[in-house]
Amino acid sequence: MTFVARDPVQVRLTGTGGQGVITAGIILAEAALMDGRNVVQTQSYGPEARLGASKSEVIISSRKIAYPQVTVPDVLLCLSEDAFNKYFRDRHDDTFVLLDSNVTDEPVEDGRRVFKLPIVATALQVGHKVVVNVVALAALNALTGLVSQASLKEAVLRRVPARFRELNEAAFAAGEELATMVGEAIP
Amino acid sequence: MKTQQLMQGNEACAFGALYAGCNFYAGYPITPSSEIMEIMARELPRRGGVFLQAEDEIASISAVIGAAWGGARAMTATSGPGFSLMQEGIGYAAITETPCVVVDSQRWGPSTGQPTKAAQGDVMQAIWGTHGDHPVIVLTAGHVRDVFEMTVAAFNLAELYRVPVVLLLDEILSHMRENIFVPEPGELEVIPRSRPVNGAKPVAPFGGPFIPLGYGVRFSVTGLAHDDWGFPVEGPPAERLLRRIVEKVWSKAREIARYEALYLDDARAVVVCYGIVSRPAESAVEALRSEGLKVGLLTLKTLWPFPDFLFRELPTTVEYVLVPELNLGQLVREVERAVGGRARVEHLGRVDGYLLTPEQIAGRVVENLGRRV
Repeated sequence: MTFVARDPVQVRLTGTGGQGVITAGIILAEAALMDGRNVVQTQSYGPEARLGASKSEVIISSRKIAYPQVTVPDVLLCLSEDAFNKYFRDRHDDTFVLLDSNVTDEPVEDGRRVFKLPIVATALQVGHKVVVNVVALAALNALTGLVSQASLKEAVLRRVPARFRELNEAAFAAGEELATMVGEAIP
Repeated sequence: MKTQQLMQGNEACAFGALYAGCNFYAGYPITPSSEIMEIMARELPRRGGVFLQAEDEIASISAVIGAAWGGARAMTATSGPGFSLMQEGIGYAAITETPCVVVDSQRWGPSTGQPTKAAQGDVMQAIWGTHGDHPVIVLTAGHVRDVFEMTVAAFNLAELYRVPVVLLLDEILSHMRENIFVPEPGELEVIPRSRPVNGAKPVAPFGGPFIPLGYGVRFSVTGLAHDDWGFPVEGPPAERLLRRIVEKVWSKAREIARYEALYLDDARAVVVCYGIVSRPAESAVEALRSEGLKVGLLTLKTLWPFPDFLFRELPTTVEYVLVPELNLGQLVREVERAVGGRARVEHLGRVDGYLLTPEQIAGRVVENLGRRV
């Protein structure tokens, strides 16, 4: 894998309210903290709690973080069509972009930095749409190495009630498996 | 070894309050302050404290004042619309010299506005929102550890000066999470409530330390102008009361001031900021310094009483002062007054609900200072 995360690295996770992107941001931030990094997580959403476009941002750095929000993301995740329409254009040449397969019919994949994966479909296969954020995080991290795999897994399981542990472990594994579909495609 | 925690601004506020000994919370939920209330609802009962969800914000502030007189360390938290409703109670707390803490997590206003968007539009309201000349202390914070510390400071200052203390947060800071070392017990000073000495002659309840009801001293607590025992007065004693309660805060601006100064010594320009705007301001000043521009940063954490002395004592090299705020120009007026013409003061406002960026702040400084070093 040739994607090397910058330091600081700016991550923007986007989707629809209810898909758990804010929780995903918190999990990623907790994993970064376990790795001994400095981290700031912010979020933005509309007045409605569900179904509006929502955004969670994480900055991970080995130094002190002053400005707490993402200017241009180095890593971008879009899990819904709304989020894609709103946030896809805001990126630089090297922004690593992971999209759910259904966010657009346009051929936006470039085989280099922009990829589509069936994240939502995989979550449903695993057992429930509620784990879409865990599938997405596991896949995104397998492709970008933002945080260590062990920290991310621990951060996921810490957030999860005991009875959903197996479901989330399966979602994590499925996300990592998904990532292998594009692993070779990165030059 | 101390470990770090990922903590949200609102979480830091709630745990800061508990650290300071808060044992009573009354409130009515409102975005973006609700997490403070949720945590207090969970934590206070299990620690022997009292949590009350009131029917509105007027009842909330009233319950807080009553609880303080009942001996509690009391607080409430809200956002703009609720803060407007609380103004009457804040005035009552001011004239009855009731120590209490009111947190206002600012959102875009006026009115319902944009509940999930940040602003700094309540600054003047926090200072002047209730009618009549009155004492109040207004604090703010710019990062999550700061929220914890300033919440503790709010309880301490409320106790020391017997005033309502307003802590201004905002939507971004309230909802933001970052890694912090959570203060250990004993790490931050907590000023305890004074207690009457057993067997000592009763002292008047007004004009000295705060003694709650129930210690054998009989007195009245009223919003009317009153004497040292709480009974109504008019004329010169009323004037004496007003002058005393206002002066006890206004005369202590230096003692109450909390601030951070960076690179002021040789500065030609100074960025004066507070709250969440201190974050892009710091990024901007660091970037300008790395380009060799002589720019300083003054971050205010006490907004009232206004720290005039900081501006009177600015180095004579300063020719330009920029005050970025998430409003159309509020604290800039105080800055302008305190600078008193010794430097040009300019405001940079952003009111679309989003945070000013480092580029916006740095850009404005460069426009005014040029690239000359």
